[in-house]
Amino acid sequence: MAPKQRTPRVTRNPDLIRGIGKFSKSQMYHKRGIWAIKAKNGGVLPRHDPKPKPESPAEKPPKFYPADDVKKPLRNKHKPKPTKLRASITPGTVLIILAGRFKGKRVVFLKQLPSGLLLVTGPFKINGVPLRRVNQSYVIGTSTKVDISGVNVDNFDDKYFSKEAQKKKTKGEGEFFESDKEEKKVLPQQKKDDQKTVDAALIKSIESVPDLKTYLGARFSLKAGVKPHELLF
Amino acid sequence: MPFKRFVEIGRVALVNYGEDYGKLVVIVDVIDQTRALVDAPDMERGPINFKRLSLTDIKIDIKRVPKKKDLIKAMEEADVKNKWENSSWGRKLIVRKRRAALTDFDRFKIMLAKRAAVVRQELAQLRRTAA
Repeated sequence: MAPKQRTPRVTRNPDLIRGIGKFSKSQMYHKRGIWAIKAKNGGVLPRHDPKPKPESPAEKPPKFYPADDVKKPLRNKHKPKPTKLRASITPGTVLIILAGRFKGKRVVFLKQLPSGLLLVTGPFKINGVPLRRVNQSYVIGTSTKVDISGVNVDNFDDKYFSKEAQKKKTKGEGEFFESDKEEKKVLPQQKKDDQKTVDAALIKSIESVPDLKTYLGARFSLKAGVKPHELLF
Repeated sequence: MPFKRFVEIGRVALVNYGEDYGKLVVIVDVIDQTRALVDAPDMERGPINFKRLSLTDIKIDIKRVPKKKDLIKAMEEADVKNKWENSSWGRKLIVRKRRAALTDFDRFKIMLAKRAAVVRQELAQLRRTAA
């Protein structure tokens, strides 16, 4: 329920200094027009009696009183928001992934998902990184940007990446020893098509910059004598 | 081995410590055994310890504590900027600054160019021996 829209109270008594108003009590009485309200009401301030409450059913005394007073925990109305994105990471930035299967890969940042994770793509044809989520902490943002205006990323969110619910398999003794994983996990065709559409526009803008394609295809590594704290990415 | 670079009025020096690190300044006066009065076109004239200066080969012709206008005029006449940028010391500093400002993409492009240059040289070598 939205709170009632109230106009904020305006005082007709400007502050000279904090705690001291310009007008005295009697001057304010006149300014506020209390004399007019009283005159309208026959010399007294109008009384607003409380509205008669509707009849509430008789409450029974509770069956059980607990022996000790248990404290109720305070209500937590905190809503989590997605992690603050570093200023260096904007849509179209080339990121260097630092951990996981694709460590060292240079990858294009698409958008930040509502969970806070970054949606990222290789593009797949260039370096084998599919549409994937990655945590901001495991990423270096470079200053190289790719033009991402032709790409539509609106229909990707965290639900797209959730694991499919595993069907419960009854473990019979025979089955336990026979087959470990009969069914291979096949990527649904829908995901492959999504990858293709996102990458098509991206690859065009990447190929317009010389050497960018080979750059994205190469992995990042530290060489001898290179000091990461002195590097500008 | 005699000294070649002296602290004198008009000696151009490089600040190697402190707020004005990396600036080229001109010694316009000597205060005492440890400090000099130093001036540059883009900073306020002020004292600086000799230990914070590295003397260069460049010297300009000025009187003791010139006005800013005269200092700038003398620096232009002596062409301090170009002399510095063409000296080996000056060139090294410029290269160092440029290298520090390279982004990851720039470093990648340089790596490709170096590889290509090596290949070209090898090819030229082979051509010369074959001919």
